[in-house]
Amino acid sequence: MRRQRPLANLTRRGAVFGLAAASLFDRAATAADTETIAFDGLYKSFGVLGFEFSDRVTALRGKDVRIVGYMAPPLKPESHFFVLTREPLAICPFCQSDADWPVDIVVVFMQNETAMVSAGRKVVVTGRLEIGSATDAETGFVSQIRVTHAAFALA
Amino acid sequence: MRASCLLAAALTTSLMGGSAIAQTIYPIDRAEILEGSRFDFKVEFPNAPTSADVSVTINGKPAAEVLGRPTNFIQSEEGQKHSALWLRGASLPAGRYVVEATQGGNKAVVNWDVFATAQPRRAKNVILFIGDGMTVANRTAARILSKGWKEGKYDGELAMDDMSNMALISTSGTDSIVTDSANAAHAYTTGHKSCVNALGVYCAKNALTLDHPKVETIAEVVKRKTGMAVGVVTNSEIEDATPASMVAHTRRRSDFNDIVEMFYAVKPDVIMGGGSPNFLSKMTPGSKRTDEQDFIAKFKEAGYTLATSKTEMNAAVSGGTKKLLGLYNTGNIDGAFDLRLAKKGTISKFPDQPDVVEQTKAAIEMLKGNPEGFLLMVESARIDKYSHSLDWERSVFDTIMLDNAVKVAKDFAGERNDTLIIVVPDHSHPMSIIGTYDDSRPGQLLRDKLGVYNESLPPNYGPLDAEGYPTDVNTSRRLAVVYGSYPDTCDTGRPAMDGERVPAVKGPDGKTNIANEKDCSGPLAARKTGNLPFDANSGVHAADDVILTAMGPGAEKFRGHKPNTFVFRVMTEALALGGQ
Repeated sequence: MRRQRPLANLTRRGAVFGLAAASLFDRAATAADTETIAFDGLYKSFGVLGFEFSDRVTALRGKDVRIVGYMAPPLKPESHFFVLTREPLAICPFCQSDADWPVDIVVVFMQNETAMVSAGRKVVVTGRLEIGSATDAETGFVSQIRVTHAAFALA
Repeated sequence: MRASCLLAAALTTSLMGGSAIAQTIYPIDRAEILEGSRFDFKVEFPNAPTSADVSVTINGKPAAEVLGRPTNFIQSEEGQKHSALWLRGASLPAGRYVVEATQGGNKAVVNWDVFATAQPRRAKNVILFIGDGMTVANRTAARILSKGWKEGKYDGELAMDDMSNMALISTSGTDSIVTDSANAAHAYTTGHKSCVNALGVYCAKNALTLDHPKVETIAEVVKRKTGMAVGVVTNSEIEDATPASMVAHTRRRSDFNDIVEMFYAVKPDVIMGGGSPNFLSKMTPGSKRTDEQDFIAKFKEAGYTLATSKTEMNAAVSGGTKKLLGLYNTGNIDGAFDLRLAKKGTISKFPDQPDVVEQTKAAIEMLKGNPEGFLLMVESARIDKYSHSLDWERSVFDTIMLDNAVKVAKDFAGERNDTLIIVVPDHSHPMSIIGTYDDSRPGQLLRDKLGVYNESLPPNYGPLDAEGYPTDVNTSRRLAVVYGSYPDTCDTGRPAMDGERVPAVKGPDGKTNIANEKDCSGPLAARKTGNLPFDANSGVHAADDVILTAMGPGAEKFRGHKPNTFVFRVMTEALALGGQ
């Protein structure tokens, strides 16, 4: 199958949007028993032919988790999802070219369509952990690890 | 996983000649076309005329008659405000052609030079080395660092300097003075000029990136017409612009998933680099594909051996493999500075990556047995990437690495006189050596430590290792290398031992890039106000010409000043690739 996409004028690096409004209802404040995971502990192997999720991440599948990362420049000012990265994209060496995302991203699907914060802000995300390949029906965005029913706050 | 639609550069599709008032003809005026090579012929007519309103002739005859096949006219192509006349996959015998597109009272005229290649074929093999972004200062610094300097002379020559022929090459694209690595490499591999971000296509008005008028690459010509083997070797992601230019046809260089499919379609015998995620089915964690195609499996089914480390690469070579897919990193392969000295980057994740020299040795070993000869492209990709980061030590280490790879090729070519070796950058960076920083000079500021003219004493770098790299560059007297383009940044005047330099980061407004404060607190750190647009976070390319050196049959054609497209012409002439 050959995918062809129209040219877009939108630039990933240039996309900048307003402050978060919807993070006021932050699940982090209420979910005391939520497990915290980190980018460093997501995988037990990280190789050319793919990754293996760590045992802890596998065990937490379907459970509520908290993870801290950086919001990538959102695709739209208001969206139901955004990409969480280990490092702010502006200083991610992998992202200096216009080619692609880093490989170890986490995709965050919000409970509601949400106003995003500025690209590169450190955020704490809470929600339900999902792993395994999934394709967003609306955008075609493919993800391997997600936090769903999520909310976020500035970290 | 991947972003579905975004591209950093502005993609105005009609910058050149495609204005609302004139017909546009592809290939463009002054195109030099290899006899018998395939190209898509397209004429765009403004204001969506009907076919009855236009005519297209080649040397005064109807285009279809000269091209030998019917053309296809599309009024309001893709619903746009133009009409198009197409003939995909055209080819022509050698000669001069005048193409005229008439619309009402307006006539557009272009000239093509379709060139033949003389028999007999002069080169059995061609090895094209591309130092991505390799500027004259890269060569000078590589010579100082790896050969030594005394009383105004060097203690040795670079392998790439010690060649019989040299030319000054200009690198601009059709749309802009300053090129990028996509259309710069495209010029070498197709002989056509194109626009920024484009590979193997002219930049027409088409909406989809894969629909633009294509031109054939040298790898495709070789695979279609000869029994030669083809190799593509890089230390960037294999889908990156330079290696992709051997196989790709897209208006957008970041179409990595499509580019993997294009590699599979052309099937170079040896493919080595980073960028494995675009080969993996989207069902595999770590994939960046958006479909379920498993290109690792596909290449294996097509007879390729897979190598994911230097050990596996060498084992494949010893085992007699002739077709290799070598993917050694999910991203770019680490550069020589990190492989040898700093051990940063992704060394901990990928501890067994080959460098460009080892890849070149392996590639030649696999290709050289082909009785019909081989075409090999080798890129040292991060010379450019590190110059973007204003990290000159890493850029120069990768220049030394390229030179060592050239040495491998020269050793292979030896006295054979059947192998054309070309070493050429694809574009330059604004980079210069202005003196040396000497910590023993008085003063507190970086500029106090700078010795210029008679005070630019030679650096006191550590002794060379067996491959000619200094074992220490974090010494008290260091080259002062400056870049002429930069965002707001801080210059430490020292090598970045804790990882590739990050010159700037996003500011609070999320848009403007500001100095990376991590580099601003050192004892000598010099804060510099950027001279680039505010959205730039790294250095940019320069339009300055680049130096090509070459040896072997056909190399004598390189002299004086040439456009980058001339490199294609010399390679195809040496291999006698012309003819129907």
